Amino acid sequence: MSLSRQDVEKIAELARLKLTDDEIADYTQTLSRILSLVEQMNAADTNDVEPMAHPQDTRLRFRDDAATAPDRRDALQAIAPKTEAGLYLVPKVVE
Amino acid sequence: MHTMSVAELSKALQEKQISSVELTQLYLDRITQQEELNAFITVNAEDAIAQAQAADTRRSKGDTTLFTGIPIAHKDIFCTKGMLTTCGSKMLANFVSPYDATVIERFNDSGAVTLGKTNMDEFAMGSSNETSYFNPVLNPWDRKAVPGGSSGGSAAAVAARLAPVATGTDTGGSIRQPAAFCGITGIKPSYGRVSRYGMIAFASSLDQGGPMTRSAEDAAMMLNVMCGFDPKDSTSLNEAVPDFTATLADPIDGMRIGLPKEYFGAGLNADVARVVDAVIEELKGLGAKLVEVELPNSTLAVPCYYVLAPAEASSNLSRFDGVRYGYRAQDYGDLADMYMKTRAEGFGTEVKRRIMTGTYALSAGYYDAYYLKAQKLRRLIADDFTRAFESCDAILGPTTPTTAFDLGSKTDDPVAMYLNDIYTIPANLAGLPGMSIPAGLGDDGRPVGVQLVGRYFDEARLLNIGHRFQQVTDWHNQIPLDQA
Repeated sequence: MSLSRQDVEKIAELARLKLTDDEIADYTQTLSRILSLVEQMNAADTNDVEPMAHPQDTRLRFRDDAATAPDRRDALQAIAPKTEAGLYLVPKVVE
Repeated sequence: MHTMSVAELSKALQEKQISSVELTQLYLDRITQQEELNAFITVNAEDAIAQAQAADTRRSKGDTTLFTGIPIAHKDIFCTKGMLTTCGSKMLANFVSPYDATVIERFNDSGAVTLGKTNMDEFAMGSSNETSYFNPVLNPWDRKAVPGGSSGGSAAAVAARLAPVATGTDTGGSIRQPAAFCGITGIKPSYGRVSRYGMIAFASSLDQGGPMTRSAEDAAMMLNVMCGFDPKDSTSLNEAVPDFTATLADPIDGMRIGLPKEYFGAGLNADVARVVDAVIEELKGLGAKLVEVELPNSTLAVPCYYVLAPAEASSNLSRFDGVRYGYRAQDYGDLADMYMKTRAEGFGTEVKRRIMTGTYALSAGYYDAYYLKAQKLRRLIADDFTRAFESCDAILGPTTPTTAFDLGSKTDDPVAMYLNDIYTIPANLAGLPGMSIPAGLGDDGRPVGVQLVGRYFDEARLLNIGHRFQQVTDWHNQIPLDQA
């Protein structure tokens, strides 16, 4: 499988990565080679094989719906890039 | 003193031959002397001495564990409260964690002293430590060589005896491959054994923390601290934890060791094969029975892994968006622009490559051909092991196809870099425990590791075989000449 420049631009958009022209050129080449490696999987017959998501096939454990973590807003917001009045600040989304 | 085992150091502390403060200072001095190796991202100099003082006080009151006062280095993927936790990335270059990972908490509770945080490939994505934002680590055996990765800093630190023991993590070989390249012992426990809480996620269904040590005995002692159920990790398993040291010295007479023929084919360097053959002879001498086994689908483990791990990574790393912690771009327009610039500037080349590989594999129209196909193949690979373990008790083979390669020799070729983990990835996909032990030197004088893979939760058997081997050989005691 060979990816085009447009494919890589689309993937980067989905992955929320702003790439330079040089990066797009480089990734077009290396991602195509990785996909060629990955497509070796086709050598295996996987018809009727149950997909495996977890090594022990156990289900995720649920916990009771109860508050257990202490309120640490100040400590957690102290490491945020921008906060104000206990809120995280981002560029305006709704005009 | 710096060549002593955990048991010997613990005894020396108990018998007051040395205090923890003195021992900690000794290792801090060694770290400074070997700064050129770049094994550490953060050296915890002042706080380590305070922790050592507390450990000495604790010991004087008789409230001790084996690790009380023993210095340890932690891979910079484990969150450490109040200390920089970078995961080898610019994205987290300013991240001071507000909490401790469970693994860190367990070592702190035992009284271990944190020497610092070790260098690593960015977000654990790499096999050479060259993707670190904080520059590569050098292999103490040969400074032209990589230490392996992603736990390259921990491996180099233990190999150069800058720390008695260190923690690492292993998603596709990141404990075992650097352990092999640096001539130390490293074990990836069964998936679910060691809590992943506070261990920055790469591929959640594969990631597992584990010990990086001189010997199997030291690794057993560390596992005793690290393993156990943790309600804070939804994939932690509530499985009984044995005393891993109790069975170290058991005879391995009659134990059946499987040799998968797929691990001895084309691609394996002759000098590595020679070392594995020598290990086989030693184990025969100890009474083990060698049997041939087959792992036919393991030859497709690398392609399978390079769908699943990047897919999980692309999802896990979506949290790095410049809003709640970590890096945020300086100049940006709207919210989408802030995300895109923050991630473009905060992540390095390899991390972006994996995020995009995973994004593609999960995108509409490609999911079945890539992600679902890989999950099915994963089961075939795991089933191969189940069948193999019907005729053997542990599987033996090389950890890596070659000894440590030169710095810069594979950085332009991601696929060549990925193929380094060809023998280690299958155990991650199956969730099985795997261990690398130092077993000799290659033609280039660089260390060779041999890998053992066991049944689920059978770490004790791997440690038992490793310990018996280390009783009759001294590869684990060999250190690079300039560290002697």
